[in-house]
Amino acid sequence: MQRRSIAFWLGAVVFLAAMLAMTQLVRNEYPFFAGYVILQFVVLAVAWTILGGYAGYVNFGTNAFFGVGVYTAVLLVKAFGAPLPVQIATAAVVGSLLGLGVGLLTLRMRGIFFSIATIALAIIIETSITNFRFVGGAAGIQLQRPPVTAPFDSYVKMLFFVQALLVVIAVAITRGIQNSRIGRGLHALRDDELAAECTGVPTLRLKLLACVISGALMAAAGAPAAMYLQYANPDSAFNLNYSVSVLAMALIGGTAHWIGPVLGAILLGATQQLLAVTISSEVNVLVLGVMLVLFVVAAPKGVIGLVQRQPKRRGGSK
Amino acid sequence: MNRRLLLGWAAAITLLGLMPAARAEEPPIRIGMSMPQTGGLAGGGKASLLGIEIWRDDINARGGLLGRKVELVVYDDKSSASETPAIYAKLLDIDKVDLLFAPYATVPTAPIMPLVKQRGLLLMGNFSFQVNSKVHHDMWFNNAPWGPADSWATGFLTLGQKAGGKTMALLSADQEFAQNLATTARDVAKKLDLNVVFDQAYPPSLAEFSSIVRAMNATKPDIVFVASYPPDSAAILRAVNEIGVGDNVRIFGGAMVGLQFAAVMENLGSLMNGVVNFNTWLPEPSMYFDGTKEFFETYSKRAVEAKVDPLGYYLAPYGYAMGQMVEAAANATKSLDQKGLAKYLHENTMQTIVGPITFAENGEWKESSTLEAQFRGVKDKNVDQFRSPGKQVILFPDRLKTGDLITPFEKARE
Amino acid sequence: MFSIDLLRDAVVLGVLLGCFYAAVSIGLSISFGLLDVPQVAHPAFLVLASYGVYLLNDRYDIDPLLAGLMLAPLFFALGIITYRIYYETFERRGSDAAVRGIAFFFGVAFIIEVLIIVQFGVDQRSVTAPYIGKAWRFGDLRIPIRQLVAFAVAMGLTVLLAAYLSKTFMGRAIRAVAQDEEGLRLMGADPIRVKQVAFGIATAVVAVAGALLIVVAPVEPTLDRVYIGRTFCVVVMAGLGSISGTLIAAIILGVAESIVLTLFGASWAPAISFALLLGVLAVRPQGLLGR
Repeated sequence: MQRRSIAFWLGAVVFLAAMLAMTQLVRNEYPFFAGYVILQFVVLAVAWTILGGYAGYVNFGTNAFFGVGVYTAVLLVKAFGAPLPVQIATAAVVGSLLGLGVGLLTLRMRGIFFSIATIALAIIIETSITNFRFVGGAAGIQLQRPPVTAPFDSYVKMLFFVQALLVVIAVAITRGIQNSRIGRGLHALRDDELAAECTGVPTLRLKLLACVISGALMAAAGAPAAMYLQYANPDSAFNLNYSVSVLAMALIGGTAHWIGPVLGAILLGATQQLLAVTISSEVNVLVLGVMLVLFVVAAPKGVIGLVQRQPKRRGGSK
Repeated sequence: MNRRLLLGWAAAITLLGLMPAARAEEPPIRIGMSMPQTGGLAGGGKASLLGIEIWRDDINARGGLLGRKVELVVYDDKSSASETPAIYAKLLDIDKVDLLFAPYATVPTAPIMPLVKQRGLLLMGNFSFQVNSKVHHDMWFNNAPWGPADSWATGFLTLGQKAGGKTMALLSADQEFAQNLATTARDVAKKLDLNVVFDQAYPPSLAEFSSIVRAMNATKPDIVFVASYPPDSAAILRAVNEIGVGDNVRIFGGAMVGLQFAAVMENLGSLMNGVVNFNTWLPEPSMYFDGTKEFFETYSKRAVEAKVDPLGYYLAPYGYAMGQMVEAAANATKSLDQKGLAKYLHENTMQTIVGPITFAENGEWKESSTLEAQFRGVKDKNVDQFRSPGKQVILFPDRLKTGDLITPFEKARE
Repeated sequence: MFSIDLLRDAVVLGVLLGCFYAAVSIGLSISFGLLDVPQVAHPAFLVLASYGVYLLNDRYDIDPLLAGLMLAPLFFALGIITYRIYYETFERRGSDAAVRGIAFFFGVAFIIEVLIIVQFGVDQRSVTAPYIGKAWRFGDLRIPIRQLVAFAVAMGLTVLLAAYLSKTFMGRAIRAVAQDEEGLRLMGADPIRVKQVAFGIATAVVAVAGALLIVVAPVEPTLDRVYIGRTFCVVVMAGLGSISGTLIAAIILGVAESIVLTLFGASWAPAISFALLLGVLAVRPQGLLGR
């Protein structure tokens, strides 16, 4: 356990160092544009897995949390010209409150009821933003980037690194949950909520906690998107594609271990980026659907299920 | 010796002769863009792209631009704002294109405006609306004939006021383009002293407009300004046809997107009669310029193969014109230097198949050429009827006018 | 702006709109409500049926409703196949079925959407029929005839299905399988067989509803996204599997939407209907007429 932790943190430091070095050495900006999107999906997919994978609650409302993150940032920039870290931190707080709200509202809902409730919530929030003229309303809003901070020489590179930082934070939190009593509690809740409750697992509190953490991370991942696009409109920020993609990434990667959504997001995110600039037609939308269906039918445990043949055994201690 | 000299000369001459050929094999000029080919804007995007492709083929047949072949690098942006930053970064940093065209429509264009401004690049805009009003990029040129932002609503509302209208109803889709238009319509109404009696924004997913039309009728407006998107435009006209709008309405329409596309026009047929709506090109006598006729001959042939809008009036000729403007600027400045091209485009009038184009400071047309035209004598289920003049009579602007408004609306529908 | 006349019209138009919502939701009320299959692809099937109807109407001039009926057997078969795949891959394997089942149908919906785009393009399509584009007058109230058609079809479907489920042997078996699968097995019936037929019927109903969809308004390939929310809203609000509840819930939704559209801000309409759903879910999760 101890050894694994050291390895994990060492890996995280190496990853961040490599990303930082990349921003300093690579002059071409395209890898950062594409990389930013992929990293953003890694955060979203990992955050989704806390609720969708560990606890078994399928959240269709990823777009609601993402959009709330985007618009928290827009509001802060418009009202106070707040800097990026403040935008992200506030988005995380708002996202956690939204998560708490979702949790409280759906306390008694299971399975698809929960999923439908999250769709409904996404539409309500999108409608509210559409009617909120201060942040541009339906017409959308264009934003100006402030000057970039050293040591970065372009804003996109900085956003790329910030998103890499968020990846590490999201993965660390998720890994922490997985290895703790919370994770085992969520697992019990997923297998049989009633039985878990009877054996003394505080199911309601655990579910709320999962909603809060997952929501905070998703909104935090959305916040930098405002500055990445320098434009926000409700249509793009609350696009259902975020929900579908994130769901697909988590399930394709596998939801039993935090590495699953990371792999899924990198795999699918990179494929999408690649297809966008190669085939460039309906086919790349088709790929998402086909991959999703293929994986849930043929590889129920996702990529990690294919790789790691050994059954559960070591489950708790990874 | 003599022989050798002769051979030498021959070789030299052959070499000289080869020189132009070698020049012609210079690397092609690459023009990069994203274009909506899936998602909500795909119908327009594909037609626009075909217009640009026809220009590319024409100019290559004439020997290319500055003696170099023109190549297009096009990616699909799925009609979404979140795709374009990465695509344009790739066009610039990996594909190293020489020139940039913007994607069709405002939403995909908005996120790349700061990028091109920051890098000081020329961007030829493609039918976006007020996308440069906050960014103030001085190397941006919109191919769309909108002109000053309020000229659109001005055209329609002035027509209504001339027909005796005093009150106005405003029905708009709750999406970016329609909302931007609605804002200018409110301003213009204030200027013209029109009383706004009904002002509603409807949600994009609305299925049924009977209730809204009913509520609007209760306010008895003289002028009905509608800013709507393709699926809603059809549904609104159906509801209007069924519920009616009453004899008080002098003029109906204005900014209904969708009534420019052949598939929608064919579906709606006679339902469109009487509606006054915007367009950018129509087969009316006043709209033919040098090369216009030839363009549409080619377009109608290629549209069938490419499975895009068979008429292509709205976007395609402006895609071609976008190419023509770059061509004119490059030929005049004899270079692809972007600052030079921008300077030329600012200072000169370009002759294109959609008429002469002069730009204002902000990169929009100096003078609006947005048409307001009335549908007349349209029959059901027939695309080809729209190819002949008289089906959409141009009422505005005056210099392109081909007829007068028939009013009130209910009478014009007969 | 408020007046009694307007309110009356809003209610009348709302009831008709609600009946239309009932018609497009009723298939889901069986497949999801009774059978517990997370049929997220239901609206995609609906749009697919609309395009089928469009094809028949455009090529052979067949009346859209008749075309819907003609497609029904085809969709019945499609439903049986779909359920078979779902059962073999998810239900039989037990745990996790819900999560992956939802994802599976989500993926199917996506694939259908793209296939329609490839075949028909992104333009919207509509059909022609004598009853489209005309209205009936009652005094100063005018009602579009296509709305009345939707009303009639919704009523017909509700009555037929309710009768089928309570009067016939198969119908009773379907209701029994929803309540007590083991009991049915003990009685010697094969629950999987029964579910398969029920899912087939649910999908066949979608074919007719798809005809209504394109009769009421033009369709486009991504229209299903809008209807995911609406149809599930109706079915959940109704209480799972209640056919008459579906009609009532749909009418409540239709009237609420219509009143908001007419008398308050139109732009708030989508939020209102979903707020209604969230309210019902939070306060009375078993729905209005839940089992």
